Amino acid sequence: MKRYSAFAIAREAARWHMGWERAWRSPTPKAKYDVIVIGAGGHGLATAYYLGKNHGIRNVAVIEKGWLGGGNTGRNTTIIRSNYLQDPSAAIYEKARSLYETLSQDLNYNVMFSPRGVLMLAQTHHEVRGYLRTAHANKLQGVATEYIGPEKVKELCPIINLDGPRYPVLGALWQPRGGTARHDAVAWGYARACSDMGMDILQQTEVTAIRQAGGKVTGVETTKGAIACDKLAIVVAGHSGVLAEMAGFRLPIESVALQALVSEPIKPCMDVVVMANTVHGYMSQSDKGEMVIGGGADGYNNYTQRGSFHHVEETVRALVETFPMISRLKMLRWWGGIVDMTGDRSPILSKTPLGNCFINCGWGTGGFKAIPGSGWGMAELVARGEPGPLTAEFGLDRFREGRFIDESVAAGVAH
Amino acid sequence: MLILTCPYCGLAADETELSPGGEAHLKRFGPGSSDDAFTGYLFHRENPRGVHFERWRHSNGCGKWFLAARCTVTLEVFGTYPAQTTEPPAAILDAIRAKRPDWEGRA
Ligand SMILES: Cc1cc2nc3c(=O)[nH]c(=O)nc-3n(C[C@H](O)[C@H](O)[C@H](O)COP(=O)(O)OP(=O)(O)OC[C@H]3O[C@@H](n4cnc5c(N)ncnc54)[C@H](O)[C@@H]3O)c2cc1C
Ligand SMILES: [Zn+2]
Repeated sequence: MKRYSAFAIAREAARWHMGWERAWRSPTPKAKYDVIVIGAGGHGLATAYYLGKNHGIRNVAVIEKGWLGGGNTGRNTTIIRSNYLQDPSAAIYEKARSLYETLSQDLNYNVMFSPRGVLMLAQTHHEVRGYLRTAHANKLQGVATEYIGPEKVKELCPIINLDGPRYPVLGALWQPRGGTARHDAVAWGYARACSDMGMDILQQTEVTAIRQAGGKVTGVETTKGAIACDKLAIVVAGHSGVLAEMAGFRLPIESVALQALVSEPIKPCMDVVVMANTVHGYMSQSDKGEMVIGGGADGYNNYTQRGSFHHVEETVRALVETFPMISRLKMLRWWGGIVDMTGDRSPILSKTPLGNCFINCGWGTGGFKAIPGSGWGMAELVARGEPGPLTAEFGLDRFREGRFIDESVAAGVAH
Repeated sequence: MLILTCPYCGLAADETELSPGGEAHLKRFGPGSSDDAFTGYLFHRENPRGVHFERWRHSNGCGKWFLAARCTVTLEVFGTYPAQTTEPPAAILDAIRAKRPDWEGRA
């Protein structure tokens, strides 16, 4: 792989950009791999990357039914933060956030990580108490956050209206090292690095069945034929239930639509991310100038990647109250993704009833921020066959044991 | 916009008038059951890509709970029926099979 650099840009500029090579190969499937990862979203690709980088396992295929990064990874609103309440969450999200800081250098691919800071507004007294508690928890966990008052909120985000009639801004939980990154670039950067290690990314290849013998997986059937493997990692977000059914077990997961939209581009007016969980809305400004807006998840099981209009309407209504200046912006694009929701709003990184099959899912509305940490932990789980410190608490058995990692109250809604 | 007909008041209700209530026909396991059965009842869901039986409440209407059969891929509604039903009624199953001949029944 030729490295990307300022020198490479100058060289290619001098020869009409004829020398760029493809970022990843499009190979034909081999008969067998050491590890097959199903799903080339951020989590699947990161799992493959750290399998190679940290564990030396490079005979790996990542199988994707559509195009890589075309699932939730390419549909999210790219908020990155690690200000969670529970210790296991703080550990894995902070691992991910810290890996994001140097990911561009590590992958030799600009993922445009922008630690511009994330504000989570407190708009009820209950929320004030909740975020004070989170700020204390974060101190103990070593995650740098701070509870700030309304004046500081206004200073950080001058376009905000502190005195909304229904929900005045009482304060905020502020994580200065949170921010955003370019979602596609995260998928593309990992894919390029995986391909460079000799791994095969098989796009337009759908897994249709999971072959098993004696309580173990022997391979998968795909739309491009059967492929054998020693170990299988299922990393398919909203389609986890479908793959689990192929494998013969059930998950504590339901798939629902989560929507987002962007406005027409405007001049820079906001250089932080603002989340308003009580009123179900959040907003940031992209580098292109669009206001990127998201809200709460829809309520019913859905695989269509389309959501209900009234949810978007509620989100926009709340944000117009919080940011009156957006009231006359036009909407440019509007889309949805199918998110995998667990009851405690925490992910699953786990062994399964099949000995050599592992699953990574349940990131729901908030897994983009976790991609590097999740891949790191998942690779360890797949390589060793046992969870390491990052993933130990996220096993499927926590539901049976009642050891929930409850982020549903503390983290508010979608994020 | 999803429209479901409330089997009680007969209104074709828009989804803004309704509240979704998750998978229908769950078999309840309580004290005395095995851990596995209890875990399954509380957490495990079919979450199918296709025909789904589910609970809805006509919350901004008559207020009653009812059940619906719906496709999660096309959002097509096969029919609605009263909540006091432990299995999907034959008429609903016929309506599903007419439109989804390959449907293998509830998992
Ligand atoms: C609108 C929206 C906004 C969001 N905002 C944020 C945010 O601001 N911050 C944040 O942290 N998170 C956010 N999220 C959540 C985040 O996008 C997801 O948690 C994360 O991208 C999940 O990544 P993944 O790799 O697990 O799944 P995906 O990116 O969905 O990848 C799974 C892949 O598996 C493939 N697949 C499925 N079935 C098969 C099969 N049978 N065979 C082969 N391949 C298959 C799919 O095609 C897909 O490409 C948001 C999500 C949405 C929808
Ligand atoms: Zn009614």
